[in-house]
Amino acid sequence: MATALASHLNAITLGAPLALDSGKVLADVTLAYETYGELDAEKSNAILICHALTGDQFVAKTHPLTGKPGWWERMVGPGKPIDTDRFHVICANVIGSCLGSTGPASMGPDGKPYGMSFPVITIRDMVRAQVALLDQLGIGSLHAVVGGSMGGMQALSFAANFPGRTDRVLAIATTARHSAQNIAFHEVGRQAIMADPDWKGGDYYAAEGNGPEKGLSVARMAAHITYLSEAGLTDKFGRRLQDREEKSFGFDADFQVESYLRYQGLAFTTRFDANSYLYITRAMDYFDLAEEHGGLLADAFRACGDTRFCVVSFDTDWLYPTAESRNVVHALNAVAAPVSFVELSAPYGHDSFLLECPALDRVIKGFVG
Amino acid sequence: MALRPDLAKIAELVPEGTRVLDIGCGEGELMEVLRRERHVDVRGLEIDPELVEKCVSRGLSVVQGDADRDLAGYPDASYDVAILSQTLQTAERPDYMLDQLLRIGQTAFVSFPNFAYWRMRFALLFRGRMPVTRHLPVSWYETQNIHHVTVDDFRQLIADKGVTVEGSWFFAGGREISGGNANWRAEHAVYQLSR
Repeated sequence: MATALASHLNAITLGAPLALDSGKVLADVTLAYETYGELDAEKSNAILICHALTGDQFVAKTHPLTGKPGWWERMVGPGKPIDTDRFHVICANVIGSCLGSTGPASMGPDGKPYGMSFPVITIRDMVRAQVALLDQLGIGSLHAVVGGSMGGMQALSFAANFPGRTDRVLAIATTARHSAQNIAFHEVGRQAIMADPDWKGGDYYAAEGNGPEKGLSVARMAAHITYLSEAGLTDKFGRRLQDREEKSFGFDADFQVESYLRYQGLAFTTRFDANSYLYITRAMDYFDLAEEHGGLLADAFRACGDTRFCVVSFDTDWLYPTAESRNVVHALNAVAAPVSFVELSAPYGHDSFLLECPALDRVIKGFVG
Repeated sequence: MALRPDLAKIAELVPEGTRVLDIGCGEGELMEVLRRERHVDVRGLEIDPELVEKCVSRGLSVVQGDADRDLAGYPDASYDVAILSQTLQTAERPDYMLDQLLRIGQTAFVSFPNFAYWRMRFALLFRGRMPVTRHLPVSWYETQNIHHVTVDDFRQLIADKGVTVEGSWFFAGGREISGGNANWRAEHAVYQLSR
């Protein structure tokens, strides 16, 4: 995986070690990132896009491993709602991930892959790394920081921990803290990976084969269900059978939905590292913006001044339901921050922010300006 | 686009450079005027997601929410001015909503359609049917106006609450009229209130 990637990567090594929430320090941090559109002379038109759990820096470029279009090409590009004719879009692979930024698959100080010796990271650590990147690029203040799902957590964390470094914050389909249910689903995924004998305590990089593919695949299957709505699944698959007239009275993928999930799970293993999945889900579970700021969410935003916020939720998202967004909006209102909030109607559940939703296009275009 | 007369009156009365909350802001017409002409830091609350989307795409800060429920989340005296235009009569409890308004804003503007306007009375008296007029164009079964109110009812409520009336303005046929016999003659009323 690493060799196929190397030629596609645009990366920077941070000038200083990164102090982490855990108290540990990560040295020689590499951040792989992509940019889209020109940075203006005043360096005032930069937009940082933060990606979701299994996302990457290829927002609007063909993915080097899968050959698929960028994950947000419908939103980012020339003439798109986030218009790269006007804005300089930056997206960095988060630390802990596996698309070129330092993560558990990277070489540690002992010349061997970190594996489980990689320090546990947090959402705030991811943001710290991105701010360090901005520093090195000489970008003082952003026009906007934008993200959906885990990207939205980073956007909120960015606003709370680096007030004054962005004029706008756009947080989509996200939450200020992981709920018990969110943590529970992630734990199912992690246990599936760790139960795979090929996981080998995380030390599988030098082993024969492709690592804990089965476990990672099951983790992805479980998570994928949470990204869709029940109505969406019913519309797409119902109880239809897969390439057969009758049930097999066996345990093949009789149903289309089973076949689809198996395919999604398998396809995922060709582009994602199982240990990265463990670390990043952990970071999301640890995320509680209020806790970081003394227990009151409003306090997280007290220093945000004139930064404008836009919070968007989807009515069919049961992973990060509207109530979570409202929680953020109430906190922002409590500190009189300029905030907009809208719950959009879309049939696809949590994944709606990645899919066809014209109302989202209009909101983003209007808010980003 | 010209503002509705009650909104135009409010826009004229809101002091320059203040912080304003527009409750039931619709597409943000008043907010836009306040921002552009009165240099006001204005925020909105609107229940209809499509209208909120329009506001956001105009660059306005508007939160989708239900005034009956969500006003409670706004801190005391967090705004100089709170505006409630044509929304009082849709509230679950208009009296509680007035309390919230005067808690959040130092001063409040409230506009409402007067159900005792003479055309309404005639419609009810002679036709015996709930009036459907230019300003209340929706049949009784689908109207959001669940608490029809008259100018005199409103006066009674604010007197009972001990709320101070800073000013009142009345409208009929799209024009401002004098306050004499407003309960008969006014189609719309705008009140400025404070505690």
